[in-house]
Amino acid sequence: MRRVLSQVRRLVKTHAFRLASLYFAVFAVSMFGVLVFVYWSSADFVERQTQATLDAEIAGLAEQYAQRGLSGLVQIVAARSAGDRGDGVLYLVTNPDGHPLAGNITGWPEGTPVAPGPVAFNVSVKVKGETQMRPAQGALIVIPDGYRLLVARDISDAALFRERIKETLLWSGLVALGAGLVGGAVMGRNLLRRVEEVNRTAERVMRGNLSDRVPLKGAGDEFDQLAANLNNMLDQIERLMAGMREVSDNIAHDLRTPLARLRARLELSLIGVPEDGPQTEAVRAAIDEADRLLATFNALLNIAEAESGARRNKAEPLDLAQTARAAAELYEPVAEERGCALTLDVEPGIMIRGDRHLLSQAVANLLDNALKYGGGDVLLSAHQHDGRAALEVSDTGPGIPEDEREAVFDRFVRLEPSRSTPGNGLGLSLVRAVARLHDGTVALGDNGPGLKVRLEFAAI
Amino acid sequence: MKLLVVEDDRETAAYLVKGLSESGYTVDQSGDGREGLYLASSGSYDAIILDRMLPGMDGLALLGALRAAEIGTPSLILSALGSVDDRVKGLKAGGDDYLVKPFAFSELLARIEALLRRGAAGTTTTKLRVADLELDLLTRSVKRGDTVIDLLPREFQFLEYLMRNTGHVVTRTMLLEHVWDYHFDPQTNVIDVHVSRLRQKIDRNFERPLIHTVRGAGYCLRSADERKSD
Repeated sequence: MRRVLSQVRRLVKTHAFRLASLYFAVFAVSMFGVLVFVYWSSADFVERQTQATLDAEIAGLAEQYAQRGLSGLVQIVAARSAGDRGDGVLYLVTNPDGHPLAGNITGWPEGTPVAPGPVAFNVSVKVKGETQMRPAQGALIVIPDGYRLLVARDISDAALFRERIKETLLWSGLVALGAGLVGGAVMGRNLLRRVEEVNRTAERVMRGNLSDRVPLKGAGDEFDQLAANLNNMLDQIERLMAGMREVSDNIAHDLRTPLARLRARLELSLIGVPEDGPQTEAVRAAIDEADRLLATFNALLNIAEAESGARRNKAEPLDLAQTARAAAELYEPVAEERGCALTLDVEPGIMIRGDRHLLSQAVANLLDNALKYGGGDVLLSAHQHDGRAALEVSDTGPGIPEDEREAVFDRFVRLEPSRSTPGNGLGLSLVRAVARLHDGTVALGDNGPGLKVRLEFAAI
Repeated sequence: MKLLVVEDDRETAAYLVKGLSESGYTVDQSGDGREGLYLASSGSYDAIILDRMLPGMDGLALLGALRAAEIGTPSLILSALGSVDDRVKGLKAGGDDYLVKPFAFSELLARIEALLRRGAAGTTTTKLRVADLELDLLTRSVKRGDTVIDLLPREFQFLEYLMRNTGHVVTRTMLLEHVWDYHFDPQTNVIDVHVSRLRQKIDRNFERPLIHTVRGAGYCLRSADERKSD
């Protein structure tokens, strides 16, 4: 229920919904206008028709009166009243007291004022033996000497007709509005679904899956065009990023040789020079600096090689537990020196297919990081579960805030407090490259407190 | 000691010749594969430093031809290709060691010296001795004087490697390669920490230290009286 509510809330917030609502409102208003007009014009038409009939009757009677006087009028009224002509015209001729002389109305309708002009009253009519009160409308003419002539028409049929029209219009209006509402919702939902696809792709791309693309429907509509353009844009971004990486790799590659020569010259200049000579210290410092640069370049090239997948076919069966143990043996004295405990919790014989050297380096990098930036006790564990081999390095240090966990995998990214410590910000980049090369995953998690890095591979 | 350098990159070759000459070696140099093979076939060299990519003849082919002619001169392959498979290929072709360009001269020197020793020693021993430090390869025990020293398996390997190269510089990279079979540089100076731990066990309670740091190069295990000029 809550899920549905939140979905509805989300729907209401969308542009598609607002657009659909606006169109619906315009549609509703214009349809209301059309219905009112249709009603009004048909009612008016009926009214006019009634009026025209009455006018014709009155004109006819006036002519009779002019030719034959009052008696002629009474006669013709009596004659016209006698037949049930079915056109519902009512006649009444009375003397000045209101006493009927002729007509099909039994008496002067109650409450009707005696004033010439249009009148409206109720009249009792016998229909199939039943007396019904029906509305009538007509005109009262006062003939000289005080005699009155009332010509009216039963308008109950017209009223019924109007009522029918009103009802018909109301219902068709409701149906149209309902259809509009449903149509709008469907249109909005379809629109929303397409936009949602674009959104989801964008999210995946932002999460680092740069090769993801928006699916095309093949309909060639504006959404397909939008998706195609977005995909082209993503292609270009991917190309640019690859290009940028390539440039940095090329720089590393091309600068490595001159840097090595520089280092060689410095080194040669030290041969045969007394250990505590005046320039020795400066030259040694320069050599150390060159070594650090070379190490960074080598790390970059290593990552590039792992990412290129060129070593994919070098995979061989290996024991992840052994790899973990060897790395732990390498780093155990470092941990001791820093006053932390490095604990090993490894299930024996976890076989995976992989590149031993790269995996060793990845595990070494993780331990290096945990000891350098984590501080506190470090646990290296390796387990096998459901065909998956998992290796975890967790520390009890400050950890990494959740919103920065993705960024630390990028090259040269170092988080604020660790910038002052030596390092090049390439360690985790290599770990991720190695994980991907092995079709595995690497994830940073919370160790509460501390950081937990989990590598996962398919076990064999 | 006579060395042959087969390297076509002039800068590198000049640097190698200069450095090795100044370190007391006689050095011949060739920039061509075929000429290099011709020179090496004389069998008069103590070690060969060989680039993998050569004009005329590939470095590995040269080595193959040399080994086919039953000339076992210890060889070190230089290569710009850094990946481990290339290393394996180089060693399979008959190389004794493999060094990736760009390299530190001290690293090359230490490795050449190790190669020269390997050629000289070759005999199987069960006990290694330096001054009063004794390492028994059969019982896997270590004694200094009368004191038995407990070492973890890796520490034992570590010490064994240092002792096999007594009096010579062993670089951090060589230690990583031989004790862990790691062919990458860890970010932290892990090896230094291992050495200081080993010192705690080997040298701490004794008058004369045996493990020495060689600045800018690595470590050297030697008794105080045999001083080498390095």
